[in-house]
Amino acid sequence: MATNARPLKRGWDPTWLLWGAIIAVLLFLVVSPFIELILSSFRSPKDGGFTFANYAAAYGRERYVQALINSLQLGAAAAVLAGIFAIPLAWAVSRTNMPGRGFVRMVVLATFITPPYTGAVAWILLAGPNAGWLNKAFVFLTGAEAGPFNIYSFPGLVFVIALYSFPYIFIFTSAALELVSSEMEDAANILGAGTWRTMRRVTLPLALPAILGGLIICFLEAIALFASPAMIAIPARFNVVTTQLFQFFANPVRVEVAAAYAMPLLGVTVMLVLVQRLITNRKGFVALTGKGGERRPIDLGRGRWLMFGYAMLVASMSVFLPYIFLMQAAFAKAWGRGFSLDNFSFKNFHFILFEHATAAHSVFNALLFGAAAATAAVIITFGVSYIVTRRLIPYAEVLGFLCVAPFVIPGVVLAIGFYAAYAPPPLALYGTAMILILAFTTRFLPIGYVNSSAALRSLNPEMEEAVRVLGGNRFTALKRVVAPLLKRNLLGAWLLIFIPATRELSSAIFLYGPNTKVVSVMIFDMSEEGNFEYLAALALILQALTLPMLWIGQRAMGRDFMLRRTAT
Amino acid sequence: MSKLVLKNVARRYGEVEAVADFSLEMRKGEFVSLLGPSGCGKTTTLRMIAGFMPPSSGAIELDGEVISSPSGVVPPEKRRMSMIFQSYAIWPNMTVGQNVGFGLKIRKVPKAEAERRIDKILDITQMRALKDRYPAELSGGQQQRVALARAIVVEPEILLLDEPLSNLDANLREEMRFEIRRLHDEFKITTVYVTHDQSEAMVTSDRIVVMNKGRIEQIDAPHILYGKPRSRFVAGFIGRTNFLERDGGNYSLRPQSIGISTAKPSANGVEAEVVDRAYLGEHWDYQVKPLGEARGLRVSTLPTSVFEVGQRVWLEIDPAAMVRVDQ
Repeated sequence: MATNARPLKRGWDPTWLLWGAIIAVLLFLVVSPFIELILSSFRSPKDGGFTFANYAAAYGRERYVQALINSLQLGAAAAVLAGIFAIPLAWAVSRTNMPGRGFVRMVVLATFITPPYTGAVAWILLAGPNAGWLNKAFVFLTGAEAGPFNIYSFPGLVFVIALYSFPYIFIFTSAALELVSSEMEDAANILGAGTWRTMRRVTLPLALPAILGGLIICFLEAIALFASPAMIAIPARFNVVTTQLFQFFANPVRVEVAAAYAMPLLGVTVMLVLVQRLITNRKGFVALTGKGGERRPIDLGRGRWLMFGYAMLVASMSVFLPYIFLMQAAFAKAWGRGFSLDNFSFKNFHFILFEHATAAHSVFNALLFGAAAATAAVIITFGVSYIVTRRLIPYAEVLGFLCVAPFVIPGVVLAIGFYAAYAPPPLALYGTAMILILAFTTRFLPIGYVNSSAALRSLNPEMEEAVRVLGGNRFTALKRVVAPLLKRNLLGAWLLIFIPATRELSSAIFLYGPNTKVVSVMIFDMSEEGNFEYLAALALILQALTLPMLWIGQRAMGRDFMLRRTAT
Repeated sequence: MSKLVLKNVARRYGEVEAVADFSLEMRKGEFVSLLGPSGCGKTTTLRMIAGFMPPSSGAIELDGEVISSPSGVVPPEKRRMSMIFQSYAIWPNMTVGQNVGFGLKIRKVPKAEAERRIDKILDITQMRALKDRYPAELSGGQQQRVALARAIVVEPEILLLDEPLSNLDANLREEMRFEIRRLHDEFKITTVYVTHDQSEAMVTSDRIVVMNKGRIEQIDAPHILYGKPRSRFVAGFIGRTNFLERDGGNYSLRPQSIGISTAKPSANGVEAEVVDRAYLGEHWDYQVKPLGEARGLRVSTLPTSVFEVGQRVWLEIDPAAMVRVDQ
């Protein structure tokens, strides 16, 4: 027996340094802006002392309060309308024999990758009073004096927002419906229920939590949106929270009042996200048995063509008509002159790419910042999910929570927090590329985290333990085994961040400077100037740049990689 | 000096004691199995030996040097051990040759020598022909051989195996048991083998540690465990047995230690009735009930000894075969 055992050698693991760095980064990206947001709402802009004056200023006027109410009504109406678009489509695509299901999925994807501001501009071309194409067509067909459509209205705004946020509900609903096994429906059929009754009483109730979850996400998306309301509500002479916040940011910048004014938006979002988690995580009610039973498409008979017609109607409104008329404008000398050969021109593209002072640079900025943010977010969230799944430090779950926390912070609110925290000295980051990259990184941490931790959970820890018993440390295991095995997943996560980051507007609009304009801000500016031909060309360039990314993502992760639950 | 020593090792998770007061000394080159039902703490013990978790109390020593104690643990990569995992953990992004050569590369073995050692071990495990294949192209048994080759090629101080055969089908499992013992006889690596399968442990091991609910029930050579089980748990877990109460004590009596015949034996005869029977090819399994007793006995016989259900028979019980066990 070895009684005189030598003293224990402790293993120093250099990876601890890395974990420390990641924790510091999360404090910087998430905690500090959030705390600064809250603090500045109570800070006097004059002497820095504690005050309630910002809240008094933010809610002191009736129209400020009205903007809040408008936002809530807008969110509710848009969510309901988006549900009307999405739920039948999701059911038809995932559970029935409707023709062209793959095509409908593609259309939903096309809708999903259309930035809301691009959609809004297209609908200004389509349904602007008098000059809008739909109004012109109506006048031409009926001989009436004026068309009935006016996008510059509350219903117009609801419509445009619903049209480009319905994919969220589609994703949630079809994910749930694909888990309801045919056997559950067969059980109802055997007891005498027909197709329709089975769907109403069995299938939909099973998917209901997911549908409600999707509606809530849609509501939150609608109230957090900046671009479409700014393009449509302001000309229509009403305000919502985000446009009102923008006005608080116009010269002179009243960041303290903006912070105070943002609190209800933050509060509503936090609350609803909690409700959404509660609903979708409830077990029992969601008797979804995973990949257990087989799923057969339900035969709709002739109704399948009706269903297809409905899908094509939605597709026309969200994709076909908007892109046709965006292209028309992009290739036109003047968009109002219609489709004719002498109106055809490449000058808009030429102007955007080679003559405009900043447009081409704004595209470059968007790609650069998007790539930087996606890289940073993937590295950080991968590190954190590694720490959490391998339980490397006590209370690692707190880090995981910090990574998903930005999900409840609307883009505009996040931007205000970043402005409050990092615009003043000593960092004085306002207007720099760095602050945009940091804000984008923070904004998309949740997507990165959800994907990284799903990837890591799919990897058996024994793969790494095998490296370690053979003498490799954690870095060796990460470099030689984990990274090579998860590279597809990490590439997928990177793209899921990069694609939305290149078109992010709601946080960028508060943080950009003269040299850091991104393409979304450029498009927004052009819409204010009414340069629809240039704007359409720029918007199409942005979409064209997305296509190769989409292709790579589909090669690496499968066709539906953007339409999965982990994508949102 | 003992090669590997575990001194009063314990591991607690909150209130639950996964492993309690575990002490074991292994000499160099010994093959010891940790045997017990799932949840008995055998894998936890193995992971503590590997350095993946610290003990809550006690210490582990390798060649007289403390490598694990509650105050600190030499990390797995510094222990010069090897481990074979339940999932094999063959890296799918590397070929068979790269998998096997990984540990040598980490140890900075010169390339020529590494190649020589890789080829040698692949010859021994009959995997040489598949050196450039990727794991996805291999069968479960072949992956198992890669895992063995990868673990042995580095000539570890200790080889740890965590239920390595549980994912194989029955025939392959039987073949691999002998393979593992053969490799051990060839390389003489001190080995700790975790399993819940008693015949696996008996084929491979010099000694078996039987564990139950985190505690050691008995440590002995296979034939002693079987012949002289100390506790009721060990007697029941290692092979099948009958439990008898005599003179206030508990006894274990193996089914094949009971003779059965139609003629009355000269001594120690008990008359009984055949209640049930099953033919298992290699033997008959009879359920018999001694007359006037409430509890039945299991008796196994050669396939040639045939009795009908309901038949009166005589049992012959050798008192020496009855082993007293703790409750």
